[in-house]
Amino acid sequence: MASRGIKDRVAIVGMGCTPFGEHWDKGAEDLLVDAATDAYKSAGVTPENVDAYWLGTMGSGVSGLMLSEALKLDYKPVTRLENMCATGSEAMRNAAYAVASGAYDLVMAIGVEKLKDSGYSGLTGSRPPSDGTDSSMTAPATFSLLAPAYAKKYGVDEATLKQVLARIAWKNHKNGAKNPKAQFRKEVSLEKICASPSVAGMLGVFDCSGVSDGSAAALLCRAEDAHKYTQHPIYLKALSFAAGPAEGYFSQDYDFTTFPEVVASSTDAYKQAGVTNPREQISMAEVHDCFTPTELVLMEDMGFSPRGQAWKDEQEGRFDLEGPQPVNPDGGLKSFGHPIGASGLRMMYEMWLQLRGEAGPRQIKNPKLGLTHNLGGAPGRCVSFVSIVGNSLG
Amino acid sequence: MAGITAYGSYLPYNRLQRAALGAGKGERTVASYDEDSVSMAVEAGRDAVRGAGEIGALIFATTSPPYAEKLNAATIAAALGLPAGLRTLELGSSTRMGLGAVLAGADAAAGGTRALVVAADVVIGAPGGARESGGGDAAAAFVTGPDAEAIARFIGRASATTEILDVWRLPSDPFAKQWEERFGAETLGPIAVDVATRALKSAGIGPADLKAVVLDGTNPRAVAVVAEALRLKPEQLADPLLGSVGRAGSAHAGLVLARVLDRANTGDKLLVLCCADGADAVVLEVTDRLAQHRPLHSVDRWLGAKRADLPYNNYLKWRGILPFEPPRRPEPERPAAPPMRRADHWKYGFIGSRCEACGTGHLPPQRVCVKCAAVDQMREERFADKGCKVATYTLDHLAYTLQPPVVAAIVDFAGGGRLSCELTDVDPKEVKIGNELEMTFRRLYTGQGVHNYFWKARPKR
Repeated sequence: MASRGIKDRVAIVGMGCTPFGEHWDKGAEDLLVDAATDAYKSAGVTPENVDAYWLGTMGSGVSGLMLSEALKLDYKPVTRLENMCATGSEAMRNAAYAVASGAYDLVMAIGVEKLKDSGYSGLTGSRPPSDGTDSSMTAPATFSLLAPAYAKKYGVDEATLKQVLARIAWKNHKNGAKNPKAQFRKEVSLEKICASPSVAGMLGVFDCSGVSDGSAAALLCRAEDAHKYTQHPIYLKALSFAAGPAEGYFSQDYDFTTFPEVVASSTDAYKQAGVTNPREQISMAEVHDCFTPTELVLMEDMGFSPRGQAWKDEQEGRFDLEGPQPVNPDGGLKSFGHPIGASGLRMMYEMWLQLRGEAGPRQIKNPKLGLTHNLGGAPGRCVSFVSIVGNSLG
Repeated sequence: MAGITAYGSYLPYNRLQRAALGAGKGERTVASYDEDSVSMAVEAGRDAVRGAGEIGALIFATTSPPYAEKLNAATIAAALGLPAGLRTLELGSSTRMGLGAVLAGADAAAGGTRALVVAADVVIGAPGGARESGGGDAAAAFVTGPDAEAIARFIGRASATTEILDVWRLPSDPFAKQWEERFGAETLGPIAVDVATRALKSAGIGPADLKAVVLDGTNPRAVAVVAEALRLKPEQLADPLLGSVGRAGSAHAGLVLARVLDRANTGDKLLVLCCADGADAVVLEVTDRLAQHRPLHSVDRWLGAKRADLPYNNYLKWRGILPFEPPRRPEPERPAAPPMRRADHWKYGFIGSRCEACGTGHLPPQRVCVKCAAVDQMREERFADKGCKVATYTLDHLAYTLQPPVVAAIVDFAGGGRLSCELTDVDPKEVKIGNELEMTFRRLYTGQGVHNYFWKARPKR
């Protein structure tokens, strides 16, 4: 038994990403066409060159037909999949394995979500018929449990923690202000963030990611073929995934200051990629900042900060765009919203830009390794995805 | 012979001040937005069945059944974990059915079947009317069984049935109506006196032998006639709880009786009369077992646990009288019949599982142990009466509810086990990690015409 990984065997050779936001004038199919067309163009290919597709959407459509009809595909295999908020990353992970296996030469991973048609606040989704006993907590409520637990465990007073969380939102909005594809392209002051109306627990509106529509796509091939399509491919160093047994929902030992699933998936990813010191070796990361305390805890679970220290690192600007280890340089879920199926690929799109030196005003100097992280579920009961990518082999 | 062998009562946490209605003094109890006659019946029943022997019959009386068709009593039975071979009866249409149920329970007990008798009501009236201010919400439960177990023996009874338009309501009407008070008083008064007299005669005692008298009815003047006719002294008359509870429909006579039993002594003789569409009366004699078999919660304990300042518009919203802006969230889905049936021990009985290999508790019940991964080595375990505490919590302003914010908590149970659930009957400002809680059976919501019952936690009362 082993998670061997496919380091350096698969490359991303083209990507596309729609602007994220309230696309009142576009349906999910339109967004798919936009993202796919961008990706084809980016790799200099036509749909005939692409052998198979993986479509990630949580609930904006069903089956591969959603994509094959939208793109009028020529009887190609399309896998539609869902893995909660990690859906987009999961499409890419499975597409990568198909290429690595030799089954196909060039494949597309594409994700989409159309959230703004529901008329509701926050995320909604239909559940299978149930006995009606499931917890009714909303997503912000479940993630808000992290904040007081973290404060208590590490002796941070709640007023200080509130400032730390606000700074995370401030940082991500500041980065998003530099990104033409972001839903929110404005800086937001710390005062405004702290004064925003309460949603759940310590979380105000500005501690929560927005609600938006969007789509993103990636074309993948075996590494040795990458230069057929682009001068500057990026290489997959690690792909890891963990679905937890929901221990935190059963066991009194779980204290809401960590995601064991993130620890498991990042540990596995570092092993695949040969990373021994993530705090030093990972140049930048796109992480799942669905709510500000999530980003705080992720920094510790992924080894970017020692336990109990992430709040200081955040305050000292370690994860700022100009800092030693930028986190969410594109603005994160905070600035992009979270069209579920698309988010994981949107994160990868920033890696694509940064590792190729195309990130414009957000460009990080000479990045080597980037990490993307996607989380689905709630503290105590979630799935976690981690990828590591780089711009050179070895 | 037969008797009451155990009892319990329940009053909801919220009180509406009559002053807020411009309707005089005192307060009325108000079932919360997540309560109904079934959930309150469960709460009263829990105290009554604790330590009672095997229950063979359940008799449920209410004029506010959550379902017009579907056995409401079956939900109560499932929540109380009563045996599958149970006989059930459901009585309604008149507030006299609460005491009628006690008489039916006495008959069942005399026939050798131990019965749980529960009456519960949510009483609403048209805004501004006397029923709104004078009504109350409550539940009372009694176990009837053999003489040898009795805390109070049935020693006399009498009944009368009268065709009269006194209180009435069409199935389609939300609010009951009542004919002129003087008509009811003068017509029903003599009938009540006759029933009381016959009941005492059947017990072979006189009015002066009575330690306490419970007089309940749709028409206070009709029952006042009884006190006058029997020349009862003021100290014989039980507090009718009209100032602190309000008349709680079919539960009311039982509720006042429960409070009498809370303070009764061996040998006390009691008369309970309920006058509505005729009258029922029962005479009881308290035995020496009462002192050892009182419920965990006295009526006074419920009376003392309250939020006194419920705003009137909350009350109107909760009862569906006042339309309001719903939260911008999807309306809850109705629960589905097969999953509810599969999970009935969990959903209603709050029965989780414990791993026999390593002892880990699981809520809801699991087949595979979260600690040791043993498969199918679980035994059922009821968590409903276990103490629990707040492991952590949050206030959810986004969730769909009639009473924002939802107080959502991770609840840890004594002896192991954890559940994510809602807190109810709680001031959000008072919630702290470590707060002691207890579980309470509630109606979470009604989705597409289906009531969704499950358990919540509340601060220990």
